[in-house]
Amino acid sequence: MQEEKLSADIENIVKKWEGKKGSLIMILHDIQNLYGYVPRSTSLQLSKYMDVPLARIYEVITFYHFFKLEPPGKHLVQVCMGTACYLKGASDLLLELRNILGVNEGCTSNDGLFHLEVVRCLGCCGLAPVVKIDEKVYSKVTKDRIADILAEYEEEAVAK
Amino acid sequence: MENKIIYVRDTGLVSPDRTKDVHTLLLNGLRDRGMQASVQAVRVSDIGVYNQGVVIKVLPDVTYFNVKDEDIGRILDAIKQDKTISELASRREPKQLRVVLRNCGVIDPESIEEYIAHDGYQAIKKVLFEFKTPDKTIDEMKKSGLRGRGGAGFPTWMKWIFAKQVASDQKYVICNGDEGDPGAYMDRSVLEGDPHSVVEGMMIAGFSIGATKGYFYIRAEYPLAVERVQKAIDQCYEAGLLGNNVLGSGFNFDLEVRLGAGAFVCGEETALIASIEGRRGTPHPRPPYPSVKGLWDKPTVINNVETLANVPYIILKGGDEFAKVGTQTSKGTKVFALTGKVKNSGLVEVPMGTSIREIVFDIGGGILNNKNIKAVQSGGPSGGVIPKDYIDTPVDYENLQKLGSIMGSGGMIVMDEDDCMVDIACFYQRFCYDESCGKCSPCRIGTTQMLNTLCKITEGLGELSDLDNLRRIAQAMQRAALCGLGQTAPNPVISTLRYYEDEYKAHIIDKKCPSKKCRNLLTYKVISEKCKKCGLCLKNCEAKAITGNKDDGYIIDMNKCIRCGRCFEVCKFKAVSKE
Repeated sequence: MQEEKLSADIENIVKKWEGKKGSLIMILHDIQNLYGYVPRSTSLQLSKYMDVPLARIYEVITFYHFFKLEPPGKHLVQVCMGTACYLKGASDLLLELRNILGVNEGCTSNDGLFHLEVVRCLGCCGLAPVVKIDEKVYSKVTKDRIADILAEYEEEAVAK
Repeated sequence: MENKIIYVRDTGLVSPDRTKDVHTLLLNGLRDRGMQASVQAVRVSDIGVYNQGVVIKVLPDVTYFNVKDEDIGRILDAIKQDKTISELASRREPKQLRVVLRNCGVIDPESIEEYIAHDGYQAIKKVLFEFKTPDKTIDEMKKSGLRGRGGAGFPTWMKWIFAKQVASDQKYVICNGDEGDPGAYMDRSVLEGDPHSVVEGMMIAGFSIGATKGYFYIRAEYPLAVERVQKAIDQCYEAGLLGNNVLGSGFNFDLEVRLGAGAFVCGEETALIASIEGRRGTPHPRPPYPSVKGLWDKPTVINNVETLANVPYIILKGGDEFAKVGTQTSKGTKVFALTGKVKNSGLVEVPMGTSIREIVFDIGGGILNNKNIKAVQSGGPSGGVIPKDYIDTPVDYENLQKLGSIMGSGGMIVMDEDDCMVDIACFYQRFCYDESCGKCSPCRIGTTQMLNTLCKITEGLGELSDLDNLRRIAQAMQRAALCGLGQTAPNPVISTLRYYEDEYKAHIIDKKCPSKKCRNLLTYKVISEKCKKCGLCLKNCEAKAITGNKDDGYIIDMNKCIRCGRCFEVCKFKAVSKE
């Protein structure tokens, strides 16, 4: 069922651009608008539909900053690794986040809720160590608070 | 009296904000005079003027500053009689001249009717039914002296004539809307505020070179611009302005929007063409130039958004009229995005030849916090800095080039005495390093090496030989890089080295940053004479670099200090020095 829907979506998009030259980038835009990223399975199907080698599609996707190969997480978690935060134990926080979310930095957790990222300095050294989730800054975070903080967002997701 | 709109805003720093009160006074005044149907008073959150008390703007061009409550009656009476009270309207922004931005903010960008009501699509009519030939159109462009507004300043009419002369079954026109410089948003404003004028410019360019198809290449990061341009194109098809047999003239022209996907290099002509063709946006060597062999190997003219927005104006008013404004070599006006440490940042459009001082001080209102100007950066990552000694230079293509900068697409970033030139060079170099496509080695390796060297200098690890190295790499890149990005990437470094070598040397020899910007070179110290021994610095030091007590005073250990600057900020007695 999932597979069928996928192919139907892609067929629609490809048909929309049929007969227009050089439409690969526009098709990728449409796919990303639909899914939020360009899944590998879609690229495979696209390669079949358009009779273009997969490498040609990936070459384009990876060249442009705009295209994503991973689904974006719902919430962006940024751990500050500026010197002040680092000294105050930001690396412990990062370790804890990696354990709980089960992913390394630059990746999105399996449930798609969190995207983990390390940033250089958020410019609030007085609040170190700092973790920022979306627009909210958590200050003087300790290792044992991490689970509680993440739980707020998980509950919100369940409530919806 | 015609219908008017007036804006009001309290721009003073003294609270409470009186915008609402003045607005009420205005509304009452309008009602008393029976003007409420024809004059609309609007409270705005930003009026483009700062620290001038209550400001009332009567659109389009009269602005009253420091308005007192008792002046409101007089102002309303003046509006009623279509007059201006000159002693209150101290400035009418005479230095600005709107050609490109003529319709922005005046018409509804989503309405073709409003554009037509403002002389819209009269230029294409003139071309199709009065000029009838491309030659006459190009002739008019030649008279105007319009040069490409995307950066290099190549005469537009020449580009057109080259493409026209090549015989081909198919030719293309491309509008370059891939505006990626940090701090520039001129093209975005035109595409969002007046998309039809660019569409009309495309049609005229198409007719002139014999193209029947055009592409808009717009950044995907500008969704509103994309939406409005698409809407404008759809409206034109409905009105018979696009498609087969435009207005019954026998001229066929189609337009389509293509999106960029976040690659700065795609602003370069050949890379842009590759991107429209659906490939990686990497440039290829020129010649052949796109006007001979461009999109799908067919002759192609690529013009910048601002250039195209000028075209209908030139055709309608005549090339000679357009050329009346500007300098000997650079005609017309230029839109700048004025940002940085300037009081009124925003878009400005001035005649070519206006001096930087006039732009920054008369229009921009001077430097923030009453500091001194240090330099102005123009041209983004491909440009350079213009030191304060040269700010009386009239802005045109040649003058900026002589100073080691470029016109670029029109970003203008004002810097004050707190900005470190090495840091600025480093910032732009990082941008070029991130955006280098990696196809040619001078650019790929050159940007990396220059960035590493600059970082080294800002961290206090630089050596004097680094300066020669920077110059050598820069020269190699200028000569050998494949495209404009690589050839101009060293410009910020070269120009800062040219005017501020002593600042580089201070970083290298004295290990000091004169502007106190480069963190690794700072030293914090407690001045014992000023210290009141309150202990606030110790409490706030996250790195535990401060030791001492309330009796003996405090000392900062620079080996432990992480230069976060907290102690400097929290000290109420200015007893912590930063050097």
